[in-house]
Amino acid sequence: MLLLTVENLKVSYGGIQALKGIDLHLAQGELVTLIGSNGAGKTTLLKTLAGLLHPSAGKIHYTGESLQHCAAHQRVRKGMALVPEGRGVFARLTVQENLQMGAYSRSDQHEISADLARMYELFPRLAERKNQLAGTLSGGEQQMVAMARALMSRPKLLMLDEPSMGLAPMMVAKIFDTIRDISAQGVSILLVEQNARLALQVAQRGYVLESGAITLSGAASELLGSDAVQTAYLGC
Amino acid sequence: MDIFLQQIINGLVQGSIYALVALGYTMVYGILGLINFAHGEVVMIGAMVALSVSLLLIGSGLPPLLVLLIALMVAAAVCMVLGYGIERLAYRPLRNAPRLAPLITAIGVSIVLQNLAMIIWGREYHAFPALLPNSSHLLAGAIINEVQIIIVLVATAMMAGLMLLVHRTRLGRAMRAVAENPSAAALMGVNPNAVISITFMMGAALAAVAGIMVSANYGIVHYYMGSILGLKAFTAAVLGGIGNLRGAMLGGLLLGLIESLGAGYIGDLTGGFFGSHYQDVFAFLVLIVVLVFRPAGLLGERVADRA
Repeated sequence: MLLLTVENLKVSYGGIQALKGIDLHLAQGELVTLIGSNGAGKTTLLKTLAGLLHPSAGKIHYTGESLQHCAAHQRVRKGMALVPEGRGVFARLTVQENLQMGAYSRSDQHEISADLARMYELFPRLAERKNQLAGTLSGGEQQMVAMARALMSRPKLLMLDEPSMGLAPMMVAKIFDTIRDISAQGVSILLVEQNARLALQVAQRGYVLESGAITLSGAASELLGSDAVQTAYLGC
Repeated sequence: MDIFLQQIINGLVQGSIYALVALGYTMVYGILGLINFAHGEVVMIGAMVALSVSLLLIGSGLPPLLVLLIALMVAAAVCMVLGYGIERLAYRPLRNAPRLAPLITAIGVSIVLQNLAMIIWGREYHAFPALLPNSSHLLAGAIINEVQIIIVLVATAMMAGLMLLVHRTRLGRAMRAVAENPSAAALMGVNPNAVISITFMMGAALAAVAGIMVSANYGIVHYYMGSILGLKAFTAAVLGGIGNLRGAMLGGLLLGLIESLGAGYIGDLTGGFFGSHYQDVFAFLVLIVVLVFRPAGLLGERVADRA
């Protein structure tokens, strides 16, 4: 069953058309990656899906419903969660408060506490630092906060924007292990990455975005082997 | 009589009122980066509404304390609606405009409110009925009356309540999140506009309470009373570090004390050349000194913008 379908999506801002008619889909439980160079429109697409930007044309359907009149904060209740580029953690809130913010749309106190404990199990580093202000954490730890916070909303569709950005290789490996785990639990994931090799290794399918349009799509293994992707994004 | 202790008491009473009003400035600034210069007029409207309700009910045979309580609730309700309306009509359409636009609008709103109050309540000074017991007590050589004790107690309770709300509740967490990053807060499921409206309404409710305190303390209400009080409370917020709740409270109390001690001793210090009617000078002297030497205020954070 398709969880997300995007048809002919166009987004402009500041007089520039950043997305020029995107078509993509994502099935329930799938891990799909969107690769492309800087400025291709990857972040614009995720922000539009999350409701932070508004399309000038095209359709977004999620669980069969149109999202046209659904504001960003309402999409969270429908099970969409975005870990934004640059993480967007609340620096002046503690780690625990950040995670509690993730559960803002939920009211099941018991389940929230249980999920909180689960997050600390998943990221023991965060348990050690739960009363520390998030702004005092390292980049990798902040990325953990951002991911744990998004998971606290119990998303059906998790959108990750450049989770490896600015992280040490050890930390990147840890974050990608976590992405695999989350996917194995049945959460659908749309992963935007500049690190194309890594992204295509964890994903089932991929799209290549270039200057606001999709130029290639297919199974991740096919994309990994394709000449076009190899020369443009894998540097070999 | 102990002049020093007396000035401390007066300063604490006045400072509690400044603190309540300063919180309104600082809460709005914290969440929108906007100085709501109409906030002083909300204090005045609160006082005026409380005056009208008290005068209406005072002959009804209800106990005076109950009359005051009803007046307070009506005033708070009216001010909350007013605070909501100001944000919705005057500031929200300018959310993405250059910073100067909402500032000018704020001044416009305060002129409108002042004139509206003048039309409704007239230009004259009104006597605010004495609804609280007003016996004085001698305390270690200084005089303190019951109105003053109640002002300090109520202000303390309200500030403690606000701090608990902001730091211990789900709504408070959402307020802090929106203040820091509205779009990230929206990604958590928070409706930033709703949180902004609530913030304005909470500030307005505090302003209504402060308006009644001023009226009860001085016994006089006037359509112009909000502007100088608003400026002083703004000074208090800047002194403490605008955007910082603890700063607003500290700044309010300090400003009250500085003003009171300054007014109390300026006569002696200048050999009678300046009298206590120069009291207002101190607040603005403080404003200038803070802006020159410590623009971020006493508890303010570094001014550097975050990415």
